[in-house]
Amino acid sequence: MKLKFAVVVFPGSNCDHDAHYVTETILDQQSRLIWHKESSLGDVDVVILPGGFSYGDYLRCGALARFSPIMKDVVQFAENGGVVLGICNGFQILVEAGLLPGVLLRNSSLKFACKYVRLRVENAETRFTSRCKKGDVLEIPIAHGDGNYFTDPETLKRLEENGQIVFRYCERDGRITESANPNGSLSNIAGVINERGNVLGMMPHPERASDPVLGHTDGRKIFDSIIESFILARTTFSSGHQSQLVRKEGVGV
Amino acid sequence: MFHSKILVTLKRSILDPQGKAVEHGVHSLGYVSVKNVRIGKYVEMDVDVPTKGEAERITREVSQKLLANPVMEDFAFTVEEVGS
Repeated sequence: MKLKFAVVVFPGSNCDHDAHYVTETILDQQSRLIWHKESSLGDVDVVILPGGFSYGDYLRCGALARFSPIMKDVVQFAENGGVVLGICNGFQILVEAGLLPGVLLRNSSLKFACKYVRLRVENAETRFTSRCKKGDVLEIPIAHGDGNYFTDPETLKRLEENGQIVFRYCERDGRITESANPNGSLSNIAGVINERGNVLGMMPHPERASDPVLGHTDGRKIFDSIIESFILARTTFSSGHQSQLVRKEGVGV
Repeated sequence: MFHSKILVTLKRSILDPQGKAVEHGVHSLGYVSVKNVRIGKYVEMDVDVPTKGEAERITREVSQKLLANPVMEDFAFTVEEVGS
């Protein structure tokens, strides 16, 4: 059983090929690139909005991409419960499209941050983090100039109460500190999920930490979790216990 | 024909590191009396409709939907008739 991934390509996207390579070659799933001008996603299981500089970050990062023709279908897909993963510029597009709350502002340092960071998994119950444990520290690279997550106090409280903060920047030992925060994000937030749990946005690049040849593979856990969540959804349990995991052969998890 | 001028500014509650950096630059020039530098955007456009009311409505909607992100920005605009 191979999942169907669709990686949307906007003018200026530059992490589309990495996302495609990881899903097709490393994870052995079906994966295709979709040009932003297409009006329909077609038959797809997971949509990835990749990193890059769509529309040159003109006006605001992701502000113009959210109006690309394909986005109507992406929003509809998400509203129907479809799985959407927004990485870096993809996260920016998701917040501009209103599929995730908050905004991504210019890094407080004003510098483009390009380095490996540590992320603490705050919620391992999501379909993007089921292969992790709460408190796990993942080492994944960032490369962004506008990753400073911000929202109003009421929304922040709601995100915390609902477990919608999925990743926070942390030290190697998992402590959340200012020095571990590469961009000034509110509450060290690196990734959030919507209330329904089907749309995740994250600033770091898991697709750059999935190939063992590159030396880091923590990012793969996110993709493995997504794949696993489909197996869980398509398998019936006698006990109905959500935490029981059933592995199907040949899926590569 | 109408000409709209729109100012998009950061909300007061949003930290503006760009503004801070520019403020330091202003101070380096010797103008230490300058405080609270904040940076916004200026957009101008022509709106080809028959009435000013229509031009204002379009300007407001374009500002709300695209030019300003309401989570972090406010906007203000003027609309003037221009000679054809």
